[in-house]
Amino acid sequence: MGLFLCGMRNARADVTADASGLASTESANVVAAIEQLAAHGDTPALAALHALDDGKLRFDTAKHLFIQGDGGALKDALSGAAASPIGKLESPAMDNGVRRALSPALASLSLSAPTAKARLAAAKELGRPSDDMVPVLRQLLAREPDKDVRIALGLALAPADLASPDAKDRVRALDAVAAAADGNFKTDVERLLSKGENGSFVEPDEGVRRAARAALSSINNRQFIINSVGNTFYGLSLGSVLILCALGLAITFGLMRVINMAHGEMMMIGAYTSFVVQNFFIAHLPNHLDWYIVVAVPAAFAVSGAVGVLMERTVIRHLYGRPLETLLATWGISLLLIQTVRLIFGAQNVTVANPSFLSGGIEVLPEVVLTYSRLAVIAFSIVVMLFVWTLMQKTKLGLEVRAVTQNREMAASMGISTRRVDMWTFGIGSGVAGLGGVALSQLGNVGPELGQGYIVDSFMVVVLGGVGKLAGTIAGGLGLGLINKYLEPLAGAVLGKIFILGFIIVFIQRRPQGIFALKGRAAEVS
Amino acid sequence: MSAAESPGPAAPRQGQPLVGFKALHTPRGWMILGALALLVCVVIPALSLGPAVTSPLHLPDYLVALFGKFLCYGIAAISIDLIWGFTGILSLGHGVFFALGGYAMGMYLMLSIGAQGVYKSKLPDFMVFLDWKELPWFWRGMDNLGVALFAALAIPGLLAFCFGFFAFRSRIRGVYFSIITQALTYALMLLFFRNETGFGGNNGLTDFKSLYGYPLHAASTKVGLYVLSAVALFGTYLLCRYIVTCKTGRVLRALRDAESRAMFVGYNPTNYKLFVWTLSAVLCGLAGALYVPQVGIINPGEMQPSNSIEMAIWVAVGGRGTLFGAVLGTFLVNGLRSWFTAAAPDLWLYILGGLFISVTLFFPNGVAGALARIKR
Repeated sequence: MGLFLCGMRNARADVTADASGLASTESANVVAAIEQLAAHGDTPALAALHALDDGKLRFDTAKHLFIQGDGGALKDALSGAAASPIGKLESPAMDNGVRRALSPALASLSLSAPTAKARLAAAKELGRPSDDMVPVLRQLLAREPDKDVRIALGLALAPADLASPDAKDRVRALDAVAAAADGNFKTDVERLLSKGENGSFVEPDEGVRRAARAALSSINNRQFIINSVGNTFYGLSLGSVLILCALGLAITFGLMRVINMAHGEMMMIGAYTSFVVQNFFIAHLPNHLDWYIVVAVPAAFAVSGAVGVLMERTVIRHLYGRPLETLLATWGISLLLIQTVRLIFGAQNVTVANPSFLSGGIEVLPEVVLTYSRLAVIAFSIVVMLFVWTLMQKTKLGLEVRAVTQNREMAASMGISTRRVDMWTFGIGSGVAGLGGVALSQLGNVGPELGQGYIVDSFMVVVLGGVGKLAGTIAGGLGLGLINKYLEPLAGAVLGKIFILGFIIVFIQRRPQGIFALKGRAAEVS
Repeated sequence: MSAAESPGPAAPRQGQPLVGFKALHTPRGWMILGALALLVCVVIPALSLGPAVTSPLHLPDYLVALFGKFLCYGIAAISIDLIWGFTGILSLGHGVFFALGGYAMGMYLMLSIGAQGVYKSKLPDFMVFLDWKELPWFWRGMDNLGVALFAALAIPGLLAFCFGFFAFRSRIRGVYFSIITQALTYALMLLFFRNETGFGGNNGLTDFKSLYGYPLHAASTKVGLYVLSAVALFGTYLLCRYIVTCKTGRVLRALRDAESRAMFVGYNPTNYKLFVWTLSAVLCGLAGALYVPQVGIINPGEMQPSNSIEMAIWVAVGGRGTLFGAVLGTFLVNGLRSWFTAAAPDLWLYILGGLFISVTLFFPNGVAGALARIKR
């Protein structure tokens, strides 16, 4: 093996001479040629060796080497130019001996490439080296000038080095692991730091243990970053959905002091509306299927809003000033809606497919993929928030809504038709919930009880954020979404949720009006 | 809270200082109550145990079990009426007290299975399944019926006391309180769904064999439990009737109708609310403890928010602020449910939803209110 490496990377003119040995059906000749090429660092022969590995290397009666392409076209193995053979074509010998010689030669040749970039790519391709390769790689590592390539090589060698009896090897492996912060080695490193049954460390050498501790903390830091990014992303997208659900709830509750227990069902109706729109496109416009989402958004708003207006006109209007009764009546409405949907669409969940431009995602870190659908939900909820903000702050209806929220009697005596404002507000609040339903349909399955799962959470957002304040709803929704996802890995999904509910119960002890308390007389009504 | 949503219960006439039992009901009221007690506690058990199975007079076992269940629900409904009808606090979390009482009883029943379980172990089956080696600390002593019964009352009471102390102290009222109680039952449901919590997770506690040595599947044990439930229901009714007719009851109604005024007159709302809220939870726990041996299972499903809301509708259907209306409503709604879920399961949710809407819209005083109107 020592011979193998001397004089490497001194590209020699007589590659052809070394390579000609490959043109043989005798495996001993082929092996000798491979070793010769590797030993002389003949990088131009790399293509030929790869072809040999793939079974695409041929030679003719004149011992010229060719690479056979997929279509059968031949080119010169060393120059890459198109060429034609003389006489019969044959394949070089290939047996286990050749294979054993080939892989270290391929690795050492590709790792001897002149540019650091090519060497780094080769080092990352290595995978777990076989025992024959380990000494070769160690020597390559010793001479490697580039830092990144050294880390990659060190990582490839780490499994062998960690098992090595030489403490220096182990330290080197741990340094590479620490530099790469590779989570795959976490259990190995932890094992080194653990104590055996007799109470002594598994790893006897103090220096190695120090390196192991450094490697472990580097791995843990890296994992912390990966988890934080992932949790923040999931928390933001959960928070966006909660905001979409809670926005309408907060508006209607702030305006009418009415708790709408059927609000979750407005989301469910929105989600089913996008299901229906999708099916319509599948049946009638299959070529423009991706655009169903563009139709589904206004359709869901309209359908949910219409159901909301209907609800307000027929039931809630008669219950003003009786908030507890309204709560029960709207619960009854939610039962009716769930059962109706169940009878129409069946009790099974239905699937709303993502449009093709929303499938896939961006990989920001290994193991952290930001899916387009979740990104779209976040963006969508920002748009909806802007829409609601504009509606409340810039339109006549918004002005009237704010007036009625602050003082119903006074607004009425100023000539605002409070009943009409109530109706429109309820419709808009329900419509916004319908938009939330479209967002939910992009994230998971749609079932009749979809809304039930979100209703408690979105009430919590309203309780946290206080009523009638957009900023409160946003802060409450994002806060709840983020806390939820941060707690999940620490305590599990269920315990995390219980902590949050406990936290909210304690929180409203301190601030019964929510994060952003309404000031003045509005705070007195409840 | 506005006066419009609070139906006036039959308050004792002013200026007639009545004491003791006489204060609770008119002589006619006592006669009706006595007749009902006779029917429920004597006639029905006699019809179940007396005539031969083939006789047309025989009451089938399943009906006795069903009535027994309804009686337990009735206790829970009275406890909700006490807090909602008389104090104006709508709890959407009473299912949790009911279930906690049930779990305490279930733990006793679970331990009294002994080594007759599937795994022939002294530990309950689910613990063997989870590979636990010994009883968790909170299961200790639950093999004693007295301890278990005490826990069935004390644990819901303690939870209600702590929860109510913080909630009432910071004057959480109206819909806010309702929503927070719903969150409470939701959180505890999630907690009890976990295997690690130590109450059998998803499946809960079931496969009970005997209660204090009496085999649970025997008809006589069933009738016995039924009679116990009936006695408990009448006892609960009389206790609550006493509370709402005495001075405390009038303070509670004052808090319901005008909390600020009652406060300015010198009553501390927190103490009164806390008392009645805790008592309500204890009674609900009692209902749960009687319920579990009769149905043979307790699982976290009992804590679903929808169960607690349904309890409120029993009271609303019967008529709030009347106590007997709560029991009436319980029997009506649950009777309807039993019939519809068998005859037309698809329609049942429509009926239930329709009840929620129509009662709140058209019959805010429930059946009791309608009866009173007919009487006038």
